[in-house]
Order: sequence, then structure tokens, then C-alpha cells
Amino acid sequence: MLENVDWENMLEATWETIYMSGVAILFTFFFGILLGLILFLSSKGQLWENKVTNSIVATFVNVFRSVPFIILIILLIPFTNWVMGTMLGPNAALPALVIGSSAFYARLVEIGLREVDKGVVEAARSMGANQRHIIFKVFLPESMPALVSGITVTAILLISYTAMAGVIGAGGLGDLAFRDGFQRNSTDVTIVATVIISVIVFIVQGIGDVLTRKIDKR
Amino acid sequence: MLLIHLNNVSKTFQLKGQSVEAVKNVDLDIEKGEVFGVVGYSGAGKSTLVRLLNLLETPTTGTVKIADYEMLNLSNRALRAARQEISMIFQHFNLLWSRTVHDNIAFPLEVAGVAKSERNARVEELINLVGLKGREDSYPSQLSGGQKQRVGIARALANDPKVLLCDEATSALDPKTTSSILELLHDINQKLGLTIVLITHEMPVIQKICSRVAVMEDGNVVEQGNVLDVFKHPQQEITRTFVRQVTDPDDANQAIEEQLREEKGTVIRLTFVGGDAGKPVVSELIRACDVTVNILQGNIAQTQNGSYGSLFVSIEGDEKQLQDAIAFLQGHQVEAEVISDA
Repeated sequence: MLENVDWENMLEATWETIYMSGVAILFTFFFGILLGLILFLSSKGQLWENKVTNSIVATFVNVFRSVPFIILIILLIPFTNWVMGTMLGPNAALPALVIGSSAFYARLVEIGLREVDKGVVEAARSMGANQRHIIFKVFLPESMPALVSGITVTAILLISYTAMAGVIGAGGLGDLAFRDGFQRNSTDVTIVATVIISVIVFIVQGIGDVLTRKIDKR
Repeated sequence: MLLIHLNNVSKTFQLKGQSVEAVKNVDLDIEKGEVFGVVGYSGAGKSTLVRLLNLLETPTTGTVKIADYEMLNLSNRALRAARQEISMIFQHFNLLWSRTVHDNIAFPLEVAGVAKSERNARVEELINLVGLKGREDSYPSQLSGGQKQRVGIARALANDPKVLLCDEATSALDPKTTSSILELLHDINQKLGLTIVLITHEMPVIQKICSRVAVMEDGNVVEQGNVLDVFKHPQQEITRTFVRQVTDPDDANQAIEEQLREEKGTVIRLTFVGGDAGKPVVSELIRACDVTVNILQGNIAQTQNGSYGSLFVSIEGDEKQLQDAIAFLQGHQVEAEVISDA
């Protein structure tokens, strides 16, 4: 039982996975909300209604959302080299992770914003609110439960993306499971890596659920 | 003093290539300090009309003047400042569910850039004014409909507006809550001298708190005037329908219909206005004309300009007695109308 598991390697791989997912989630939260806001506010009947902006952002989001992640990583190698100055270690996976998941999260943000009661926006306008007030005091707080449950779903997607980041040598549990577990035929390593990833996913989902419930006063 | 002046205002919407005229050439003058009602069925254009006042909808033609503001000439920034003086409450309250009662009321103050300590003092004052003490930290979802509308009213009053626009503010409430909200609006009008423009499809709302009323149908203001005059002499068929919402409850119609079917007498509707409502006209009628009078249904409505009563009676007697009776009633300045169908 578990005789092939090198616990030191396993721990390091776990930290790499947590590091890659954690940093990518922070950036994704920021860029996803930014893209989602632009996507939503430039759509028909909204504050910044603008067909051109809307179709540019929509195309960007659709392209990066539809390219399989493993291909996206490879396609972005030159970009990553330019941004991070390296193609080694967990940091090398970040640009691809952030871009892929931001595009996904942006759509969830857009859906969340669309659910905000039009009447409340109208009420804010009737009180003399400007665009900044409407975005930061109405749209974002009123859609917060959707934004949080959306980032939870996205975070779990991100964790599964990190498993593919091994392709470019970024490390992590997925990489360990593939190299040590599959290629060296040590099934126990694969199983332990799987269990750890599952635990991380459960914890993330749990935190997301608690937060969403706490924020939602409807 | 004139506070609101609409001159030839129209609004046309473009919907799927079709143009829909929601408001057609409306002229309206509203005095400072009055409670002005706009009544109409849904789709009559009254919701659009009220949004033309604070420019939530931009008029296609015409001009809107409120206090000293030529609303259409204002820059975006000046319009936002003007809107702080023209506040609004809504049918579905439109509170932010993510904010407590306190923070909802603070919202317009934040928008106006009021400092935090001053803001908190003002919010407390408003919470007392609308009778919500103790509920400051509740969220809207924990409140009843009436309480939500009180929050809406407090929020609307936060920046000391000159005008309060009420968009079907009581239509989502039960009759008892409606009365209490109307009382609150009436108090605010009296205490603060705030001008109120109220739109509704319920004539009883108009009857209870408005001094003047405009009737809207199909985008046009078809009739307007002093509420008691409109009750007394409705000019348009639609106005008559609305007045009947107050004077003729449904069960009255049933009783009258029955009476008409049995052909036992002539059904007459008597209308009393103002001071006449108290006179013992019916007993005098019986004595003077020797007829049998059967009272079917009676009703008195209190308006802001005086009371308005209607009484349905069935009179039994021969042709001559009947004519005498009607002449007697009209001699006493009571309007009498022979009803042939309910």
C-alpha cells in the first residue's frame, strides 16, 4: 500500500496546485468581473450600449472559452514568455489559467448582472445616481451572490485546469499523477493525488456555498 | 404657485420597427403643495407620463419645467442634481435587497455626497418619521409590503425633495396597508408642504388624498379638475367608470339589478355633494310626495374638497307621484338620475 508515494513530492505538488489555483482565482475574479461588466453594460439597453465594443469583447470571450485548455496553454507559450519572463514552474501556468478562466467567469458575471432588478436601477437613477454609483452601489452588490457562486464554479474549473499545466512543466498534482503515477505505473500515486484534489475541490465548494448563503439577503 | 408645467409633451416609443405613442400632447400644470392624481387603466400612459417628469424617459416633443428647472436643457450633471429634488416611490418598492433598512435610506444621501455622521442623523430622523423605529437593521426581505413602502418613502424624502412622484405606490398593498400609506403621504404633504404627483388605477386612492385629478386614456389626458367636481360631473365615459369604483360597489349593482328585474318601482340614484350630504331629504320626500321609498344602497366618499354621497332608492307610486318626487329632489339641489339598467 502506498509504497510508491513520495510524501515530500506529494506535498510540494499540493502546494503548487494550491498556489496556481489561488493566484489564478484572484486574477480571474478581477478580470472576469471587468470583462463581464463590459459585456453586460455594452449590451442593448444598458448604460454603455455599444455594438462594436460588445461584439469585440464577446468574440474574445467566446474564443478563449471554446479553445480546449491544453491547446490554449501551448498557443500562449510566446505570450507567457513575454509576460512572465520564464516558461518554468507554477508561474508559467498563470497567464493561460487566468485568460481561460476569466473568459468563462465573464459569462457567469454577465448572467448575474442581468438578474439585477431593473426597478432598483431605475430607482437609483431617479435619486440622481451617476454611472459609478450604479455600478458600485447597485449592480455589483446586488449581484454578489451570483458573482460568488460563479467564482466557486470557476475556481473548481481552474483546479482541473492546473492538472493540465504539467504539459509545460508547471508542476502540481495533475502533473505528478501523470508522470509518477501513470508513466511509472504507480497507481497508488495517482489515487493519492486524486484524493487530495478532491479534498481541495470539496473545501472550495464548501467555502463558496457558505459565503453565498451569508451574502444572500433576498 | 406653479411648480410643474408640462407643455405639449409627447412620448413615442419605437418597438420592433413600430412606433407606439404612449403619451400624446399632454399639457399639465401642478401647483406647489398640492396632491395631484393621475388615474387611468394600465396602458393608458400614466407610468410613462410620470417618468417624463424626472426624465427617466425623455419626451419626444414638448417641454417639462419643474420649479426653476427647464428639465430638457439640463446637462447630465445638473439633471442628476435636479433629480435629488424630484424623488420617486414605486409599486414594487425597488429597495436594494443587499442593504439594510438604514443603508437603503442612506443610499440617496451617499449619492448626494452627504458626510457619514450627518447621514446617520438624517436616516434616524427619517426612520422615526415613517414609523420604522427598531427595524433599522432588518433587510427588505424581512419586512411586510407596507413596511417596504415606508422605507421607499423615507428614502425618497432623504434629500428634502420638492416633489414626490408616486408610481402606483399602493397597488401592491392590501386595502388596510394602502390606507396607512396614504395617511402617511397625506401627513407628509401637510407637514412638509411637499408636492405629490400620484398615479394609480384606483379611484379610491384619488378620492382619499388628491385635491386635483387628471384622467388618462390612450395616452391623452381626457379630463382634469378638482376631485369633487370630477366626482360630481364626470364629463367622459371613462371618468364615470372610475367614479363608480368609489360610489357603486359591486353588491349594490346586484341589488339594483334585482329590483329592476322585479319591476317593483323606479330605481333612482341620488347624488349629494358637500353640505347636502347631511340633509334629511328622503324623509321629507316621503312626507311631501306620499311615495314608498325603499333604500337599496348608500355610500359617502370623503374627498379632500368635501364629501360626495350617493344613494340608490327604489320609489313606488303612480306616474304623477314619481314625477313630483323627482321634481322635489331636484328642487333640493340633489341630483336624481333614473336608472334603467345596472
